[in-house]
Amino acid sequence: MSDMDKNISPEHKLFLLKVKRQKIAVNTARIAILVALIILWEVLAQFRMIDSFITSSPSRIVRTLVNLYREGTLFRHILVTCSETVIGFLLGTLLGTLIAVILWSSSFLARVFEPYLVVLNSLPKVALGPIFIVWAGAGPVSIIMMALAISLIVTIMEVLNGFLGVDRDKIKLMEAFGANRFQTFAKVVLPSTRPVIMNALKINVGLSWVGVIMGEFLVSKAGIGYLIVYGGQVFKLDLVMASVIILGIAATLMYHGVLFLERILFRNS
Amino acid sequence: MSDIVAVHNLGMKYHSLNGEIDALKNVNFTVKKGEFICIVGPSGCGKSTLLSLLAGLLKPTEGEVYIKGKKVSGASLDVGYMFQKDHLFEWRTIHRNVLIGPEIRRTLTDETKEYVLNLLKTYGLYEFKDKYPSQLSGGMRQRAALIRTIATKPDILLLDEAFSALDYQTRLAVNDDIYSIIKKENKTAILVTHDIAESISMADRVFVFSKRPGTIKNIYEIKLSCPQRTPLCSRDAPEFRYYFNKIWKELDVHV
Repeated sequence: MSDMDKNISPEHKLFLLKVKRQKIAVNTARIAILVALIILWEVLAQFRMIDSFITSSPSRIVRTLVNLYREGTLFRHILVTCSETVIGFLLGTLLGTLIAVILWSSSFLARVFEPYLVVLNSLPKVALGPIFIVWAGAGPVSIIMMALAISLIVTIMEVLNGFLGVDRDKIKLMEAFGANRFQTFAKVVLPSTRPVIMNALKINVGLSWVGVIMGEFLVSKAGIGYLIVYGGQVFKLDLVMASVIILGIAATLMYHGVLFLERILFRNS
Repeated sequence: MSDIVAVHNLGMKYHSLNGEIDALKNVNFTVKKGEFICIVGPSGCGKSTLLSLLAGLLKPTEGEVYIKGKKVSGASLDVGYMFQKDHLFEWRTIHRNVLIGPEIRRTLTDETKEYVLNLLKTYGLYEFKDKYPSQLSGGMRQRAALIRTIATKPDILLLDEAFSALDYQTRLAVNDDIYSIIKKENKTAILVTHDIAESISMADRVFVFSKRPGTIKNIYEIKLSCPQRTPLCSRDAPEFRYYFNKIWKELDVHV
């Protein structure tokens, strides 16, 4: 960079400055909107122009969070939900990819199971909730099954399409070298599908959250979804709002975790 | 017997629900060691099918292919295949790309590694061996693809429209480049192309194929009076136009 700095023309310097200014302007606007909304919300609540019993308010949310923390339950709820999500996410991705591999390796199986996948994909997975509860009890297992139900089929279809989309000539090249089906898969199909798999991961994070919160709505005794449902039932909107905010932060962090993973895995391409 | 490739009465039919397609019919030819053969023909005349049959990737419905006197059944180890696109793997360095053949055949010995490194050195890719394909120009990529193909030491190279994806100027340069490497390594080559000029400039013999079902309509022995037989020089030879017109008429192209 330092070598380049010396050779920069004044026009280019001006251009870089402009780009930098724009970036600062965008960031400032983003933060300003957030701060303005919070202040507006708080002020309206303070002057009783809105009913903070129904809408809550930033200061009440903070108080709720502090109370949860003092009671020592805040991190337990976060931990329960996050671990359910991570397990659901990992299971969904691994199982989904594994099943996609099996369907890729046998066009017979792929054809046989195609209508089943289509039906399962269009079925609203919440409908399966009661079945899971009967089978696995009202506990974390049901919740993870819910998360799995939501993310699994999408993963299978996404990854299988990726596998099938690999250039025919690349596979022919491998065959010309005398590669067997396993070598073709390991050396060409899987590596060239990496972007598709990474995309499936990103979609899966979101879907796992949907599944887990849905599951917690149905059965749980702990977790962020439980806090939201409980808060709603006892009309403590402070608790509902606080939980939604925690959820937003946790989901964002996990999404960035996947992006970070992608950066590590894709350093070489 | 100096015929490295012999094709007897070769025929290929494809089946689909809409019926069957006669891709190739009654194809007969032989190729001598070190020869450069170009195959031209109208699109869909089964040229690529012929290469797949020669490589043993498809089973002929009729007739047989002999390579070095042995009947082909299953992917032949004496054959290297090159495609229109270079198909270098973006996730592998150039060095690891050119080693893929030996890696698959489990012949990745020190000797092979040495051989491949020497190829890279000889053909000016050694400094780029730790780069990724996206960091190379189109011409260099095609050269890397050729080195990948000859890394398994095949005697026969099958080039399926190997230059068609390149822009015209690059293509002329790559023609010369690849041709000189093939000659230097003393390989037998069979190039499928629909570029008449390219076929004359590179081939010892040009096979003209008929429309489907593809069969050999005519064989032209290319004899050019030019000091050095390189593809670029060949284009200046006085006989070049004669062959071009002959083959053009033979192909009988209508719009």
